Amino acid sequence: MSNLEHGGQPVVGMHLPTKKFSILRSIRENKRSQGLFLISPAILYLLVFLIIPSILVILLSFMTRGPYGNVVYRFNVDNYLRLIDSLYLRILWFSLVVAGMTTVFTILIGYPLAYYIARSPVNQRPILLFLILLPFWTNFIIRIYAWIMILRTEGLLNTFLQNLGLIHFPLDLLYTPTAVLIGMVYEFLPFMVLPLYTSLEKIELSQLEAAADLGARPFRAFWRITLPLSFPGMIAGSILVFIPAMGMFVVPDLMGGAKTILVGNLIRNQFLVARDWPFGAAASMLLLILTLFFTLFYTRRAGFGEELLV
Amino acid sequence: MTSYAVELRDVTKQFPSPGGGEITAVDHVQMQINHGEFFSMLGPSGCGKTTSLRMIAGFEWPTSGEIIINGMPAGHTPPFQRPVNTVFQSFALFQHMTVFENVAFGLEMEKVPKEDIKGRVKAALAMVQLSGMENRKPKQLSGGQQQRVALARALIKRPAVLLLDEPLGALDLKLRKDMQLELKALQMQVGITFVYVTHDQEEALTMSDRIAVMDKGKVLQIGNPIEIYERPNCRFVADFIGDSNFLTGTVRELDSKSVKIYSNDLDLEILGIPLGDMIVGQSVVASIRPEKIRLEDRPGVGLNFFQAKVINTAYIGSDTRVNVHAGMGVVLKIWEQNRFSTIDPKAYYKNGEDVWVQLVPENTLILPQEN
Repeated sequence: MSNLEHGGQPVVGMHLPTKKFSILRSIRENKRSQGLFLISPAILYLLVFLIIPSILVILLSFMTRGPYGNVVYRFNVDNYLRLIDSLYLRILWFSLVVAGMTTVFTILIGYPLAYYIARSPVNQRPILLFLILLPFWTNFIIRIYAWIMILRTEGLLNTFLQNLGLIHFPLDLLYTPTAVLIGMVYEFLPFMVLPLYTSLEKIELSQLEAAADLGARPFRAFWRITLPLSFPGMIAGSILVFIPAMGMFVVPDLMGGAKTILVGNLIRNQFLVARDWPFGAAASMLLLILTLFFTLFYTRRAGFGEELLV
Repeated sequence: MTSYAVELRDVTKQFPSPGGGEITAVDHVQMQINHGEFFSMLGPSGCGKTTSLRMIAGFEWPTSGEIIINGMPAGHTPPFQRPVNTVFQSFALFQHMTVFENVAFGLEMEKVPKEDIKGRVKAALAMVQLSGMENRKPKQLSGGQQQRVALARALIKRPAVLLLDEPLGALDLKLRKDMQLELKALQMQVGITFVYVTHDQEEALTMSDRIAVMDKGKVLQIGNPIEIYERPNCRFVADFIGDSNFLTGTVRELDSKSVKIYSNDLDLEILGIPLGDMIVGQSVVASIRPEKIRLEDRPGVGLNFFQAKVINTAYIGSDTRVNVHAGMGVVLKIWEQNRFSTIDPKAYYKNGEDVWVQLVPENTLILPQEN
């Protein structure tokens, strides 16, 4: 009978000394505090690693550089006004273009690769995915130096082409925007391949059979079925590539020479070379806002594809 | 008009086995499917029915033999050029498209003008009672509704043959029963040849004009539901379609209409109807349906009459299912239909009670023993 009075639930919990532990009691009895309690680790994590650092950067961006590279705590908006300069705007625009092109090229190269892996026999897929990730076992800087070895004037590529007699003078490959693009595409390719693979692998073969059954030739079936169904992976991959590409400074530093300056280099130089932290912070804020804007715009247009990911 | 909608001539399909060698999924199958027929391929999983269907659709090609669709050898024609359409077991609806786009897809591939597509999609959806659902996504539909979209999507192409691969497998029992009748009605309405694959014998019996019973890649029997049920040509068919009792024995006497066998199970001579060729002395098996056995509570005179003891009974409303022990360890299943008055229900057989059983000769089928 008593069980029925409590909606059929066992009543064991009622015997705990609830008065002594009022927080525990409120957690147990209140749905709202239950929820808060459950997400508290995530909130704590975000607070320490995202919200507090972001607030510090925002505050810093409204300060001034002191004469010896120190920070003078005087509120002003001069840093932002300084950014509205054709020099910096050009750097920003160029960064956008490079990050955008990196994204496009990782899609163009990564899509066939991901498609091939997703259509390989099941027992071969882990090996192929492992090979995609294998370069990550080597230090990033070393891999960039490997590219420098390949691209430089007396490098592997030029020597090879000259020995073949295809060219008579070495090509200027290294220290060009093209070199930066090659380095960036190389670096970010796995971030595109993996999400693309995930969504391609999920497409059931029966979907393509149904398309063929209804009269679609392979190319039409790809265009109407495979491609739209892999959009979620493409969007996820684009976000994973575009955002870090916007802030990348190592590749342009090493492969672009002094000629190629991206917003990532600008920020790094302000903090480490010019020792103008407030201006660097302001540039960071601008990068953050721009990235957010582009990401939101992109996902708003294409959708996160969440209904397909279910 | 050609003679058959689909014809399978000595079709064999082998797949490479993972452990090396070949697996024969379809083994020298012959089949002639008439125009406008509701034809079912029935068998347990792995019997080759789905592979046969996929070969007609063009997703697989025969290792040997020939498939002829509407009088035209199909050869290696790809699926998108065959005059057949498929309703898949998992429906295979395009999740990123609306109901309208799904149904319109096949017509778009044919480059049908947009205005015509609109009208035809509307008509197709009305036919499967889904009017007004055009803008839903497949995920927003129930299983039964998705099933109807899959049907409309295939039927809108006006195929010569519609292939259905266990299309009701994903639905719950009640819905399945409704859809069976609806599918049959739809097939009569559109007049298209349906080739239907199922492992559910009741489904096949309910809907089909003819059934091909398959096992281990081979076609065992092709016939209408009555032939398949009442005149199975082998033990497997008798066992797979419905329920049956089997008694082994050897042929004693034989003429064209009847056969007398000695049942070593019962230590008794049994008279029955011979199905298939047999000779005196041959090992045979007698098959009797549980509902065709006569059960009496007192001794009587007649052929195939013997005493037995009730082991247990199960009252299931419409029938009482009685298991009796007939000596020598033989257990017979007997179903007694409940025809008794509701105000005076008969006291049913009790466990351990002595009863008398008659295997009515005209209902006792004698089949050749399989190897």
